[in-house]
Amino acid sequence: MKGIDAILQGHPGAGRDALIPILQEVQEDQGYISPQAIAEIGRRLKLPASKIYGVATFYNMFRFSPRGKFHIMVCRGTACHVKGSAKTLETLIKALHIEPGQTTRDGLFSLEVVACLGACALSPTITVNGTFYPKVTQAKIAKVLDECRRAAQEKQPKEMAS
Amino acid sequence: MSNVNIQVNGQAVQARKGDTILTACRRAGIPIPTLCYMEDLLPSGACRMCVVEVEGAPGLVPSCSFPVSEGMKVNTRSPEVIQARRTIVELLLSSHPDDCLYCIRNGKCDLQRLAREHGVTQRVFRGKAVHRERDVSGPAIAREPDKCILCGKCVRVCEEIQGVAAIDFIERGSRAFIGTALNKGLNVSSCINCGQCVNVCPTGALHEQRSVDEVLAALNDPDKMVVCQHAPAVSVTIAEEFGMKPGVDFDGKMVAALRRVGFDRVFDTSFTADLTIMEEGSELVQRIQQGGVLPMLTSCSPGWIKFVEQFYPDFIPNLSTCKSPQQMMGALVKSFFAEREGRDPRSIVSVSIMPCTAKKFEAQRPEMNQNMVPDVDYVLTTRELADLFRLCGVDPAALEPEGADTPFGERSSAGKLFGASGGVMEAAIRSAYFLITGSELSELKIQEVRGLKGIKEARVKIGDLELCAAVASSLGNARKLLDEVRAGRKDLAFIEVMTCPGGCINGGGQPLGTDMEAVRARMNALYQIDRDETLRVSHKNKMVQRLYAEFLGKPLGERSHHLLHTHYHERNVLL
Ligand code: SF4
Ligand code: SF4
Ligand code: SF4
Ligand code: FES
Repeated sequence: MKGIDAILQGHPGAGRDALIPILQEVQEDQGYISPQAIAEIGRRLKLPASKIYGVATFYNMFRFSPRGKFHIMVCRGTACHVKGSAKTLETLIKALHIEPGQTTRDGLFSLEVVACLGACALSPTITVNGTFYPKVTQAKIAKVLDECRRAAQEKQPKEMAS
Repeated sequence: MSNVNIQVNGQAVQARKGDTILTACRRAGIPIPTLCYMEDLLPSGACRMCVVEVEGAPGLVPSCSFPVSEGMKVNTRSPEVIQARRTIVELLLSSHPDDCLYCIRNGKCDLQRLAREHGVTQRVFRGKAVHRERDVSGPAIAREPDKCILCGKCVRVCEEIQGVAAIDFIERGSRAFIGTALNKGLNVSSCINCGQCVNVCPTGALHEQRSVDEVLAALNDPDKMVVCQHAPAVSVTIAEEFGMKPGVDFDGKMVAALRRVGFDRVFDTSFTADLTIMEEGSELVQRIQQGGVLPMLTSCSPGWIKFVEQFYPDFIPNLSTCKSPQQMMGALVKSFFAEREGRDPRSIVSVSIMPCTAKKFEAQRPEMNQNMVPDVDYVLTTRELADLFRLCGVDPAALEPEGADTPFGERSSAGKLFGASGGVMEAAIRSAYFLITGSELSELKIQEVRGLKGIKEARVKIGDLELCAAVASSLGNARKLLDEVRAGRKDLAFIEVMTCPGGCINGGGQPLGTDMEAVRARMNALYQIDRDETLRVSHKNKMVQRLYAEFLGKPLGERSHHLLHTHYHERNVLL
């Protein structure tokens, strides 16, 4: 990781218009925009935190909590939309109790909506940590989530799992 | 200023150069409805409620941003104009909860009024609304995002007037809402509880956290002695809640009404304003004579205190250590007064009637209690007091004036001036002059610190000392002054800051629908009191003198230090 300081140093004398590129770099570097990052950017750009958050939430691409162990991306491209990706997203929102851009409290799952994953023939599509799951249905999603949970548990030492 | 002749609805109207159609019409008494327009700020053009017809212009134009020009012909009520406005209201209502009966703004809501005035009687459009939880985390302000029409006024007042920017537009399109950084509760945000956003909000989306029910319960509890204090700026505004025009002083009538609803004692916060002057004036003199930290900053406005703690922690040593008049009164009620009455402080409920929402926050500060007994139990705003009167069927207008109770009822008109920006300074200069020279100022009125200007400065000769003083109202203006001092300005010895523009007479708890004209009238009412009365300096307040003789000792003494002074600390919030 480069760190926020280094990123900001790459934008000497930056003003308001540099906000979006800076946010992008921070997210790329850290995986999300942390409160510390907002505070630091605000100090440097002389922008209130509320404004930075407001600008950042105007776009779908920024997240404010670290990604979960399993990062799920839902394709909302045209092909997927036609095949019912709205339903896919709704299913995930209901199952995980989080909105896109958020992470579950246990840190296991995070959700992201993307414009197109580029696998239109397999729509509707989701990816989990980069692995494609084609033609998902409600039942398939439940299965995938269960698999993830099991995988997470197996990784834990025995005594903690009990 | 040169005039511009225009015609509105066939009637000749004299406008001024630089006017918009809206400002010209308002001055001429021709109403045009607005939702996002804000006096003295650039138009944002967000709502388009203010549209009018201008001859020769294609389509309707927003009057709040359209400049007048010679010979212009305006129609503010053509069928097209009215239809356009009606459609805007219908669209705003398309995703609005039909909640008027249970809404705090019922009867005082701009949206509701506009719907009624435009004959909206059914839901025409049905939009999908994203439900967002209420935020009641803060000590002073509650938010109900579902009732928000996104006019943006709260965001602008918070950023452009107060320089706080605790809130902004979050997300976009149909999901947009007003929220804090990271969408946290107001209680952990940089909000300083000033309530200016509540005053400008056209709907029930923002309001104060209310304590009317708790106070009513206390008033009906036979085991409790319920005492109240009322702030200097309340008596000159409460009359507006009962149909009077701004600028009427209801002091005696309000005291009478407070007794009718059951308060056992009615004290005047202006008494502790006088006491503040004794303490703060002495502190100033001490800092000047003993080389203490200067400029000294006033500490009676709790929004300002939180502002310094967050944004200017390097100035905390400059803050006067005096508690605010509200908290001095609270501390005295639960100590000196309780003792005098032979009562356990726990059996006394101390209610404070304030023009201010931040006072609710101040009363809950951990510094403001003695042995875990809060000095002030409940704070009611002017608006809540009016509600309490109405609830109890008491109309102050119909009552004969009565005086406040001893031992905290006497006040000087200097203490009363605390209600207007510059008032603390004027009172302090009057008494500092006496403390230093032993004689009275020949002219008590200090014109330079009066009026509605955002920043005022005065230089006063006191003996061989020239006191340089500055006064700021609104925190945006306070920022300007502090930045000058940070940048090295050295001449200032004393700075008064009031959080709200114009001072407490324009506080976040005052009657809704206040404009600067009303604030001016309230200010003049306070100046009138100062003109009419004979006791015009705090140090001559007999009851204050007696309190020192019988209980406190001397200003800045041991007891004062313990009861009337405090210290503040840097706060870590996301700014
Ligand atoms: S905000 Fe106004 S229109 Fe909305 S429910 Fe409250 S009173 Fe009714
Ligand atoms: S109360 Fe004052 S500081 Fe808080 S959000 Fe409203 S305007 Fe901003
Ligand atoms: S909360 Fe009130 S003032 Fe703020 S945008 Fe909503 S309706 Fe306007
Ligand atoms: S008042 Fe003119 S656009 Fe809102």
